[in-house]
Amino acid sequence: MRERRFELSGIPIIKKVLRSRWLQWSLMAATLPFFVLSILAGLFGTPAGNRNFGIVFVWIVWWALLILLLVPFAGRLWCAVCPIPAPGEWLQRRALVQPRPGGRLYTLGKKWPKRLRGIWLQNGAFLLVALLSAVILTRPIVSALVLLAFVLLAIAVSLVYERRAFCRYLCPVGGFIGLYAQLAPIELRVKDAAVCAGHREKTCYTGSDAGYGCPWLLFPASLEKNTYCGLCTECLKTCPLDNVALYARPFGADLHENKGRRLDEAFKGFIMLVCALVYSVVLIGPWSLLKETAYAIGSAGWWLYALAFLTVNLALAPGLFYLCAAVSKRLSGTAQPARRLFVEHAYAVAPLGLAAWAAFSLSFVLANASYAWQVLSDPFGWGWNLLGTAGWSWTPYLSGWLPYLQMPILLLGLAAAVGVILRTGRDQGLPRRSGAPFIFFCTAVTLALLWLYV
Amino acid sequence: MLLPLPATAQPQQQTISIQARSFGYEPGTVRVRRGDTVTIHLESEDAVHGLFVDGYEVKLQAEQGRAAQATFVADRAGRFTMRCSVSCGALHPFMIGKLEVDPGVSFGRAALATLAALAGSLVYFTRRSGEGLLR
Repeated sequence: MRERRFELSGIPIIKKVLRSRWLQWSLMAATLPFFVLSILAGLFGTPAGNRNFGIVFVWIVWWALLILLLVPFAGRLWCAVCPIPAPGEWLQRRALVQPRPGGRLYTLGKKWPKRLRGIWLQNGAFLLVALLSAVILTRPIVSALVLLAFVLLAIAVSLVYERRAFCRYLCPVGGFIGLYAQLAPIELRVKDAAVCAGHREKTCYTGSDAGYGCPWLLFPASLEKNTYCGLCTECLKTCPLDNVALYARPFGADLHENKGRRLDEAFKGFIMLVCALVYSVVLIGPWSLLKETAYAIGSAGWWLYALAFLTVNLALAPGLFYLCAAVSKRLSGTAQPARRLFVEHAYAVAPLGLAAWAAFSLSFVLANASYAWQVLSDPFGWGWNLLGTAGWSWTPYLSGWLPYLQMPILLLGLAAAVGVILRTGRDQGLPRRSGAPFIFFCTAVTLALLWLYV
Repeated sequence: MLLPLPATAQPQQQTISIQARSFGYEPGTVRVRRGDTVTIHLESEDAVHGLFVDGYEVKLQAEQGRAAQATFVADRAGRFTMRCSVSCGALHPFMIGKLEVDPGVSFGRAALATLAALAGSLVYFTRRSGEGLLR
């Protein structure tokens, strides 16, 4: 798989852009005003979500770009330009563009507690946001407060802990972007690990006058997957040996090798898949009682909904998959424990989950994207008409085509999941029949989603 | 379920009364047969609500005390989303119902497509690995 890569940074103009310190800052500076406006509109604008910039541009426009374009095709690129950690990072660096000498950071620099490493906290954070999403996605002030909380938390964490600890260990969005980045067709890797071994200073990790040590607390020479690399390109700048490169590669390359598969990442896959299913039922299904229950936070019905939501996410779905692992163990006669089979094969739900999210997102994005024109002219819903588009009527896009878009996406996700399952089995030295239970699981989920959509 | 339904029943005139209230429709799912002439009679129990049917481009709007009506021929099979077309509150984007026109046909085809995708991917990935499918 290593051979099937193309070095994008080998193209001189691309290398020049990637090595420029202005690149990341300028992209962040471009996203920051939208972010600030989203918060301000949420706090002070109309409570009508579809007339509020904060709701429309975060949960429709940004989400669509993220799930449909950025994550599948560029992995964690959003993390490189995300405005949430920007203020904290700039405070930490006491600089906007050019680094301080030696890449020095002004922070207490505490190490993140070892017990809290991994993505369990991010899993929990995402579940919490997902559980409250009926309100977060529809009430501007709530959405704004959530975003503001993220920024303040990121600032606080930046001043206490080293580097981008918020992004690495807390951000609920980063958790799933990292998992799905394993599918993306780009990667940042060292060209030759032997060169890194011979380089004593390891400025890619420690920092230098040219830039900062990896904000994601990664050592590029040992980088094997996209999961935790935020594509900030600091290592490209700080490597004096030109030994770091951005590559184009086949889709799903990280899933071709089942090294370093972890339980927390496996659970992230299930959480994302189940949430896509739940959202498809609750938010875009025809059952208004479910929507009202999900919205009525704190009510008795909501507590039941929350219990069911968490049970399905953390117990039922993983439990069913574990059952598949137990059956697989029996079918294959392997001595591997079922838990190991569970973790190794769980990564198959990553492409299926991304497909499910893409299909779900198309449902509400195409129907509601036209609100973006209105809020561009009237971000606060105060009756402005800055660009002359405030009066544009609501228009669902491609309304009759939705199932024809969703079905191929879901089937592609299923096909990719099957590929991961078969490859995992082969790499584990298991007979092909050992994949049957997992394939059955993925097929059943796909059919359930298709039943909801077509 | 996996075969197209035989065209045995004659198309019918159907009048369906839908009550709209924040944030759902009652009934939430409307089922008709392909070829039926469907008249939707929309009434609102509270705010101004709209109803737009994906794929049929049917659009109507009702307010409390003033119903609306639209008629169309359900000539396309499948499950179509009915959604509120008038901003009516927080959950407006998710105020959704379903129009099912011979839904078994479209899901049957989707199920067939799923099995085909499954078979195709099994063959493809097996051939790539150079090993037999049944092992």
